[in-house]
Amino acid sequence: MPDLVRLRGVSKVFANGVQALADVSLDIRTGEFLSVLGPSGCGKSTLLRLISGLAAPSGGTIEGAGSGRATRDHELGFVFQEPTLLPWATALANTLLPLKLQGMARSESEARAAESLRLVGLGGFERAYPRELSGGMKMRVSIARALVTAPRLLLMDEPFAALDEITRHRLNADLLALWERQHFTVVFVTHSVFESVFLSQRIAVMAARPGRVLSELVIDAPYPRSDSFRTSAEYAGFCRQTSARLGEAMAA
Amino acid sequence: MSGHVFAPRVVAPLVVGMVMLVLWEVAVRLGGVPSYILPGPILIAQTLVADWGTLWPSLLVTLSVTLEALAAAVIGGGLLAVLFVQSKWIELSFLPYAIILQVTPIVAIAPLIIVWANNVDLSLLICAWIVAFFPILSSTILGLTSIDHNLLSLFELYGAGRWRTLLHLRLPASLPYFLGGLRISGGLALIGAVVAEFVAGTGGAESGLAYRILESGYQLKVPRMFAALALISATGIAIFAVLSLVSYLLLRKWHESALSREN
Repeated sequence: MPDLVRLRGVSKVFANGVQALADVSLDIRTGEFLSVLGPSGCGKSTLLRLISGLAAPSGGTIEGAGSGRATRDHELGFVFQEPTLLPWATALANTLLPLKLQGMARSESEARAAESLRLVGLGGFERAYPRELSGGMKMRVSIARALVTAPRLLLMDEPFAALDEITRHRLNADLLALWERQHFTVVFVTHSVFESVFLSQRIAVMAARPGRVLSELVIDAPYPRSDSFRTSAEYAGFCRQTSARLGEAMAA
Repeated sequence: MSGHVFAPRVVAPLVVGMVMLVLWEVAVRLGGVPSYILPGPILIAQTLVADWGTLWPSLLVTLSVTLEALAAAVIGGGLLAVLFVQSKWIELSFLPYAIILQVTPIVAIAPLIIVWANNVDLSLLICAWIVAFFPILSSTILGLTSIDHNLLSLFELYGAGRWRTLLHLRLPASLPYFLGGLRISGGLALIGAVVAEFVAGTGGAESGLAYRILESGYQLKVPRMFAALALISATGIAIFAVLSLVSYLLLRKWHESALSREN
């Protein structure tokens, strides 16, 4: 697989002098599901912001989508920790926001937004306001909005961390189904070992102070992954292995 | 907002008001208080009806100054707020002067404004505007700058630019703040108009309720003073009620302030 994004020796120092990232090198391959796993404060979110082009690295190079504002071509979708919806806009209006900002005609953007809502399982909720939706449904709208431009790269910043376990498991499964069907690339930031193993083909384990990628793991289990995978011995084995790496990262 | 006429929020203040009016009337009658000291509510109501021919045109004069000042405050305060948030330097440079304008007592500068404007209507409008615009300005600035950082990132990510971010994010997000400022400004515009009229003290056909109060005071027509005062209060309450309704209608779909909690 060719690389979609290539990070080489990337570092980030904030204005207050804190070194958020030091010498991060990471390849993001086209079409893969990559998780970035690490304790809080290890610079995972900063890494996503750098990849998206929202922030510039202090050192090193980032080649590929997002760098140098490829975002103008809408190659990128971003899902934040919170649903980050406009409270005054319906689910449909929230979903078509990226298309509206792009200047697309209303009729076409409405059709595409409605289709995107259907994809995330929210068909029939087009006219609902965010306050009328549950936490999981709001996050689904947020995902629909990120996917409405058909981006090549989807960046997700601990999107399911605030949800209950039942909702999280369902969203995990639905996200995987979408990814298998739509062939986009995912970089998924999480602090959950179990979530990263269930979702990913590859996991980059990060350590804190300064934030750096300590090791990479390949989760070599076939897709589609269902609930039976979640309870399999294979899954438990990957989790044990990943936990050990995370433990090393915490100790490092 | 409960639409029910018998809701406690409607009935309770009405009952309190009725009881107070009855006590007032009884006290004035039993105590034999002369009407040039304190007229009873019945006499005030009778005066209101009898003097309607002079009070009504005066009410319209005061009301039109108030509404014009409020409209100017909405436009001026809103535009200044949008201008101020465009750059930290503009806000740092000009906000102190807006505050100076706000904290200077209007009665102290009204005579100057009357001299400078050289036109009574215009000077009343300027005075009322000075009192009314600041709450809209400061609330709207707060609203325009209290935007979820992730939403700002999202707009940046999609290359929205300053104008589209203002139009599709900052303006709608600041609406509840603007409306909060507007409700305060509505009352202040009325107060500004009345104070300016007092200072201007103009007579003739084109004079507002404040002048009617002054005039009645000189002539010791105290019941008429009270009748004019009652009209000013009723106007203030009506302005507040209308602005509250506007606020409710604009926010009912999405903002917490306009939603009833379900338990």
